[in-house]
Amino acid sequence: MEFLSYLISGISLGSVYAIIALGYTMVYGIAKMLNFAHGDVIMIGGYISFCAMSYLNFPGWLALILAMVVCTALGVVIEGLAYRPLREATSLAVLITAIGVSYFLQNSALLIWGATPKVFSPIVEGTQNIGGLSVSNISLLTMAACIVIMVVLTLFTSKTKMGKAMRACSEDKGAAQLMGINVNRTISTTFAIGSALAAVAGVLMCSAYPTLMPTTGSMPGIKAFTAAVFGGIGSIPGAFLGGILLGIIEALAKAYLSTQLSNSIVFAVLIIVLLVRPAGLLGKYVPEKV
Amino acid sequence: MLKVNDINVYYGSIHAIKGVSFEVHQGEVVTLIGANGAGKSTILQTVSGLLRSKTGSVEFLGENLGNVAPHKIVAKGLAHVPEGRRVFLQMTVEENLEMGAFTRPGSEVDSGIADVYKRFPRLEERRRQIAGTLSGGEQQMLAMGRALMSKPQLLMLDEPSMGLAPLLVEQIFEIIKELHKAGTTILLVEQNAQMALSVADRGYVLETGKIVTTGTGAELLNDDAVKKAYLGA
Ligand SMILES: Nc1ncnc2c1ncn2[C@@H]1O[C@H](COP(=O)(O)OP(=O)(O)OP(=O)(O)O)[C@@H](O)[C@H]1O
Ligand SMILES: [Mg+2]
Repeated sequence: MEFLSYLISGISLGSVYAIIALGYTMVYGIAKMLNFAHGDVIMIGGYISFCAMSYLNFPGWLALILAMVVCTALGVVIEGLAYRPLREATSLAVLITAIGVSYFLQNSALLIWGATPKVFSPIVEGTQNIGGLSVSNISLLTMAACIVIMVVLTLFTSKTKMGKAMRACSEDKGAAQLMGINVNRTISTTFAIGSALAAVAGVLMCSAYPTLMPTTGSMPGIKAFTAAVFGGIGSIPGAFLGGILLGIIEALAKAYLSTQLSNSIVFAVLIIVLLVRPAGLLGKYVPEKV
Repeated sequence: MLKVNDINVYYGSIHAIKGVSFEVHQGEVVTLIGANGAGKSTILQTVSGLLRSKTGSVEFLGENLGNVAPHKIVAKGLAHVPEGRRVFLQMTVEENLEMGAFTRPGSEVDSGIADVYKRFPRLEERRRQIAGTLSGGEQQMLAMGRALMSKPQLLMLDEPSMGLAPLLVEQIFEIIKELHKAGTTILLVEQNAQMALSVADRGYVLETGKIVTTGTGAELLNDDAVKKAYLGA
């Protein structure tokens, strides 16, 4: 019984990681860059919905939509201003820029909202009793959202013209251009989707763990990145699986081993998996072509 | 139809194309031949906008392409089958063809795919297969079929015979002849000068970034210097 409730809280936490990881993996898959600022977009999403609910008295769902809209725009602007000029640059330059963007977002949040943590009120409250287990509504919502997002993204990339164009760009940008695909617009769309997902993750996460600070997004961001690598970076089912597993490992490690060490355990698992399967659980190992 | 006028293309400080000019007229098959590293692919990439020339101009159907983004050039009727085929290896055959029709209205996609399957029955057999599992010859057919999906007026082929067994090379050149008969204008880049010159109306010989000789296919096949350098005679 106790184990089951830890497991559910792990899956719920993992669902948040999975939603973030899906954004990470989409951007990596198509733009071939690690957007380290992704976690901070989560935090901005949290603050936007916080402000919408506390100052404008928006209902939870509307606050969520506003956060998604703002983050989508933010993602597109970040891509256009910071990353697009570096399209031909080395990946190290892009990585350093992404870290710069991350600091920029955190410090902007610090400037606007201050360092004092805000107390976030959940977008849904209450709990359900499922077979004697009490599960919070926000957990249920988070798990449902995660599954819906995974299914929709899978269908999007396999069935729609834009989704297929994204896969084409992810394989070969030059050839994609020769097909008439606008690579810049495709990358921009990817950032829009990833950032909207970050907003969803931000709102759901702050609803479950209601302290909101400018650094709120960085740890979940890093863990979700870990989850994406764990599952196989670039792979949508991989990000989903990686996120859920990471959440479960973290929750069980906290419950049965040590709260302080739970993060170390999570990263240790990542290192072991990568030693055994360098491409992650569902990733394909593609040797660099020379 | 295509008019390339005095282009100079650089890779950083490497001056790869040095003042090249040539023309392709409606309905012609024109070939650019030259050894490894002569600059053939660089020229095609410059025409399709992936690379830019420092000087001169590339004119297609009377329009200067100098400032047109590469993804917009396809829609103007210019398709480029790049060197090494570059099909999308993780997508299915049919998805590759759909990508070829990216600039076309959705209503044309199915009929375009049917046309390609008629020309390349092999691709229909493999339609649901991932392109990465195709043989080299099949990938070349896919790359050509994919380019035809955009309904091009000018088709540029970069070494379509590369790495293929002699029988397949024959087959690819048969297809080029058929496309020509059907009215497609073709700019063909080849190292296989013998085959290329035998299907071409005209040819240009490229050496280290410069055009050194030009003439009809037959003239070049009989040119002593060309024979010596490219036909192993
Ligand atoms: N990306 C690049 N960076 C630097 N130099 C390049 C690059 N691509 C080609 N070159 C150089 O430009 C010149 C022309 O190359 P190009 O690929 O156009 O030749 P090619 O005639 O197509 O040769 P091949 O028959 O081998 O395909 C060569 O000297 C090559 O080394
Ligand atoms: Mg070449």
